[in-house]
Amino acid sequence: MKMVYVDNNATTQVASEVFEEMSPYLTRYYGNPSSMYTFAGQVGDKLREAAAKVADLLGAAPEEIVFTSCGTESDNTAIHAALRSNPDKRHIVTTRVEHPAVKSLCEDLSKRGYRVSFVPVDHKGRLDLDYLYDHLTDDTAVVSIMWANNESGVIFPIPEIAKKIRDRGIVFHTDAVQAVGKVPIDLSSVPVDMLALSGHKLHAPKGVGVLYIRKGTKFSPFLIGGHQERGRRGGTENVASIVALGKACELAGQHIEEENTRVARLRDRLESELLARIDKASVNGDVKNRLPNTTSIGFDAVEGEAVLLLMDQIGICASSGSACTSGSLEPSHVLRAMGVPFTSAHGSIRFSLSRYNTEEQIDHIIEHLPPIIDRLRKMSPFWKQSQAG
Amino acid sequence: MWEYTDKVKDHFLNPRNVGIIENADGVGEVGSLACGDALTLYFKLDDDGRIDDVKFQTFGCASAIASSSALTEMLKGLTLDEARKISNDDIAEFLGGLPKEKMHCSVMGREALEAAIANFEGTPVEETEGEVVCECFGVTDIQIERVVRENHLTTIADVTDYVKAGGGCEKCHDQIQEIIDSVMEKEPVPKKKQTRLTNIQKIKLIEETLEREIRPALEKDGGNIELVDVDGNAVYVQLRGTCASCRLSEVTLSEYVQAKLRELVAPELVVEEVHP
Ligand SMILES: Cc1ncc(COP(=O)(O)O)c(C=O)c1O
Repeated sequence: MKMVYVDNNATTQVASEVFEEMSPYLTRYYGNPSSMYTFAGQVGDKLREAAAKVADLLGAAPEEIVFTSCGTESDNTAIHAALRSNPDKRHIVTTRVEHPAVKSLCEDLSKRGYRVSFVPVDHKGRLDLDYLYDHLTDDTAVVSIMWANNESGVIFPIPEIAKKIRDRGIVFHTDAVQAVGKVPIDLSSVPVDMLALSGHKLHAPKGVGVLYIRKGTKFSPFLIGGHQERGRRGGTENVASIVALGKACELAGQHIEEENTRVARLRDRLESELLARIDKASVNGDVKNRLPNTTSIGFDAVEGEAVLLLMDQIGICASSGSACTSGSLEPSHVLRAMGVPFTSAHGSIRFSLSRYNTEEQIDHIIEHLPPIIDRLRKMSPFWKQSQAG
Repeated sequence: MWEYTDKVKDHFLNPRNVGIIENADGVGEVGSLACGDALTLYFKLDDDGRIDDVKFQTFGCASAIASSSALTEMLKGLTLDEARKISNDDIAEFLGGLPKEKMHCSVMGREALEAAIANFEGTPVEETEGEVVCECFGVTDIQIERVVRENHLTTIADVTDYVKAGGGCEKCHDQIQEIIDSVMEKEPVPKKKQTRLTNIQKIKLIEETLEREIRPALEKDGGNIELVDVDGNAVYVQLRGTCASCRLSEVTLSEYVQAKLRELVAPELVVEEVHP
């Protein structure tokens, strides 16, 4: 059975060029980059090269790049660092639709004496900017707002927000894990103080990430140890994965055009064909301001887990914002924050493409998903009611 | 990904008895769109009052669909009195077990069955009375009390797995804890959770119980006991020594041996004496 992988916001396949680039650093070049001899020195050079490639993609300087173990670590590090450099301030501003890497941390901090404002979104997943600006106070230590949402794909106006926050003199962090490689990012003109990205969302392996720290930003490390990463993160570097991430960023720069043309067209065709063939289906999120690879579609009167498992039978890998897949009982916090009605929230499926998807794969989904939805709806006590409504 | 048994997968991929019965004798509707799963169960009785036809419609995840399908298979041919005895655990067991987080699917099956029987009999469903404890999922104190009692639940997380209560805003957690506490006070959790034993497990447990508990007591009075056979729930034993000749042997058997075995092995056991 052929597999159709359209869950690239969950993780991506490692690009073959990336694997080739990294594999010698798992085998031949095992020296510790901190050591003094040439054998290790060449490894250190390669790390600097990787940092330069990451910096290039972001419009940053190599010294502003700190490698971490994942996107989650980058997010945690950024927020903790901002709080530590502002010990008198006890207020955090973030959004209601952040990834758990930020959301759960902020919820935890709210139990430890911090006040957290969660900025709401509207029914299309767009941020309530007035709410955001109204809630900035002299007590605000950090603002953390994602660049693009992993579930809806909605992109937030980070360039505008960053300028406003800078003018208020507040530290601004953005979780750009889903945005990097999919939308152009130029930190030379967007004044964010810290930015998180994760390797496995852009065709590098899992378990490597980056925290960008703008020159001049007050910082204290999260992992305290050796002098690696210029004292900003202790721990011997994950050399092979860092090399991989460097290569992946180089490739991302080359393919960003394709992401926004060919991949976007594939996504658009998938979306419009599904909407045309399936009654009572609707897109979640602002279609005008969205990642080029993502579509989240709610199908009335069916439940997402059942859809995913039936799709799995025919090799389609996607994900769902439904409760049942996550083990929680309620639909995803993102769909709830958007006020997606229950009729379609439980039956919301996210398709996230990559440059490895083909026209044939999209055809496969377009052909096989409608009968699955139909089959489940025939089984559903709500279908008649939903049709009538 | 969930670990579903092959039987769950089979009933999800090939659900039995999907549909509606026009002019059914009983219809039970439970769950809601907001809750993420719902089941409508229909049955029709034959002239002898046995379930002749049964159909379902389910909105929900794989285990909700499988639980509904399993329930309809279990119901065919039963009288309503027999049907009434089906517990959520029976449904889960029919499917070879459900992930703990999905037990609420089996509870939904049991609730739909009760609602359908109540609909046939024209009586109100007890559980919809009660007082709503969990606002997010509309679960009443009576429902919570019941799953706690019947399934020997001990934590709030258990209750959430079985009836969803407490899985939303969590404001009702204190109230759920109070219900758990009050049930535990009334009926302490049995040391061993009563589960259905396989035949071999049953025989082993009977042998052990005889050896450990019963024989020593009889020996004190100069008697003894021997296990001859086990057939279904019938336990055949031979009494020896003073017990065999004792006129009270029947009393010993029913009052003591059978009572002990029922307590420690299974409540359905019947002990019979065979004579050499
Ligand atoms: C928006 C967002 N932030 C953070 C993360 C976490 O990244 P990682 O898996 O590398 O910790 C993810 C990935 O799931 C994400 O989508």
